[in-house]
Amino acid sequence: MINEKCEILKHEELSAGYRLLVVNAPGMAPILVPGQFVHVKVPALEASALRRPFSVFDAEDGKVSILYKTVGRGTAALNAANVGDTLEVIGPLGHGFPVECGGAAFLVGGGFGVAPLYFLAKRMIAGGHKGRIALFAGGRTKEDLLAIDDFKALGVEVHLATNDGSAGEKGLVTVPLDEQIVKHLERGENFEFFACGPDPMLKAIAIKAVGLGKKGWISMDRHMICGVGACYACIQKTVRGNSRCCIEGPVFAAEDLVWEEAK
Amino acid sequence: MIDTKVNLGGLEMAAPLTTASGTFGYGSEYAGLVDYRKLGAVTAKGIRIGKWPGNPMPRHCEVPGGLVNAIGLQGTGIDHFLGITVPWYAESIEEVSGAKAPPMIVNIWGGSVDEYAEVARRLSEYASANPGSPVGAIECNVSCPNVKAGGHTFGQDPAVLNGLVSAVRKETSLPLIVKLAPNVPDIRPYVKACEDGGADALALINTIPAMVIDIEKRRPVLANRTGGLSGRGIHPAAVKVVYDAYRATKLPILAMGGVYEAKDAIEFMLAGATAVALGTVLFTDPGAVGDVYDGMVDYCERHGFKAVAELTGSLEG
Repeated sequence: MINEKCEILKHEELSAGYRLLVVNAPGMAPILVPGQFVHVKVPALEASALRRPFSVFDAEDGKVSILYKTVGRGTAALNAANVGDTLEVIGPLGHGFPVECGGAAFLVGGGFGVAPLYFLAKRMIAGGHKGRIALFAGGRTKEDLLAIDDFKALGVEVHLATNDGSAGEKGLVTVPLDEQIVKHLERGENFEFFACGPDPMLKAIAIKAVGLGKKGWISMDRHMICGVGACYACIQKTVRGNSRCCIEGPVFAAEDLVWEEAK
Repeated sequence: MIDTKVNLGGLEMAAPLTTASGTFGYGSEYAGLVDYRKLGAVTAKGIRIGKWPGNPMPRHCEVPGGLVNAIGLQGTGIDHFLGITVPWYAESIEEVSGAKAPPMIVNIWGGSVDEYAEVARRLSEYASANPGSPVGAIECNVSCPNVKAGGHTFGQDPAVLNGLVSAVRKETSLPLIVKLAPNVPDIRPYVKACEDGGADALALINTIPAMVIDIEKRRPVLANRTGGLSGRGIHPAAVKVVYDAYRATKLPILAMGGVYEAKDAIEFMLAGATAVALGTVLFTDPGAVGDVYDGMVDYCERHGFKAVAELTGSLEG
């Protein structure tokens, strides 16, 4: 874990509200693993504003890429950072995904939740994964489906779903996913889930994994303060009690997660 | 060469800086990000007799000028703390920083006087049985705004406070620091209660009770409904409390509240602090430990002070 001063190499809009940020980070890039995150000090916010955590989209050749959505004042301020500016970035943080998988890898991403799944797919392929790797990407509209061509370029099989039907199947990402689950079960082929996205999607995937007796790796997103396990703000309930997402996660085994009823 | 040593009620600190309880885990979480040689002590997160789950989520909300939190003292109990946490802290920090880990101020809390006293006794026994261990002082938390059964009850009535401090004092020979709440009309009766109870030092201030409302949902943002405000915005309020307390007591003061840069720490020292804690700043800038330390040394050089300790209470006018 280091606090690295990183020059911005690229910062561009991918689609409405989504941006790709690439920084020079020779210290942490070689040691990052998929599913880990970095904690970014956002310039131009007052000193008391907290850092913002981002999962890593790619880490290669001393560079770290982040794919983010503008959701609040932190990310809005980050929009203004320009190529050539310096960002302070702490990383690598947290526990990531395992890159070994017994059978087909079902990568399930909602919106910018595909970010760590791309890094994972890349590392799985580099690690010699022999089985299928299938991405199931969901969003409200086609604007929320990100980096799809990047996954295709890796040779990942892509299944899409949107709420409005503007791309892929109309409905939730679980529609195409369930079709593939049934096919694999019928053929007696094993599979594992790797998921990142909004809570309702993660809950659905985790419950499927546990119900089917398959492995599920779920990346939880919680508002964070410190990012290093010191403050106990980013809690996820697990079978071990109140676990810190930043250090005990963000990736948890599906069977360890405890889901509370929404109030 | 500026002498940076200070003595906080018997706790020898090589530098005038520590960390505010709750912002620095149990001392080793920031290894690699913080220059431990510039910390005279670390202050651990509150511990009690047994494990505590803390409050429901959400537990925090960023606000202009600071942070409102209601973590609710989630943390480990004394057995795990002494058996695992303390040895791990000593070992890991020595390995990372190449020097002996700074002493640890152990923040304690409980639901009853007996619980406080028991935790203090255990810490004291441990420190006696393990000379050279990091356990260096006790910080008695009587001012957490976020736990109903917790310390806050003990910090809002001078007589009750006196009873608690006296009971803890009987159980420990470690330097005893009492961390007080800022939200009282006059700090002096509380200072007196600590003095009379046998405290060695005071810690001022804890977070200021606060609330944030989501106007769209018409609900409090925090699951606990209310929380405590920390960060840059509370600094002038904290300086005032330290100033008032310093004029009312001979007890040394550990000051905290919104220290972001050396100027803030120096203000505390001039107002009467013996040492200063960094808290919320660490979340964005763990490097602030080094910057504040360097800035304090630089200030002493520029103003002709030979020792940081000379700054204490040197306010003119």
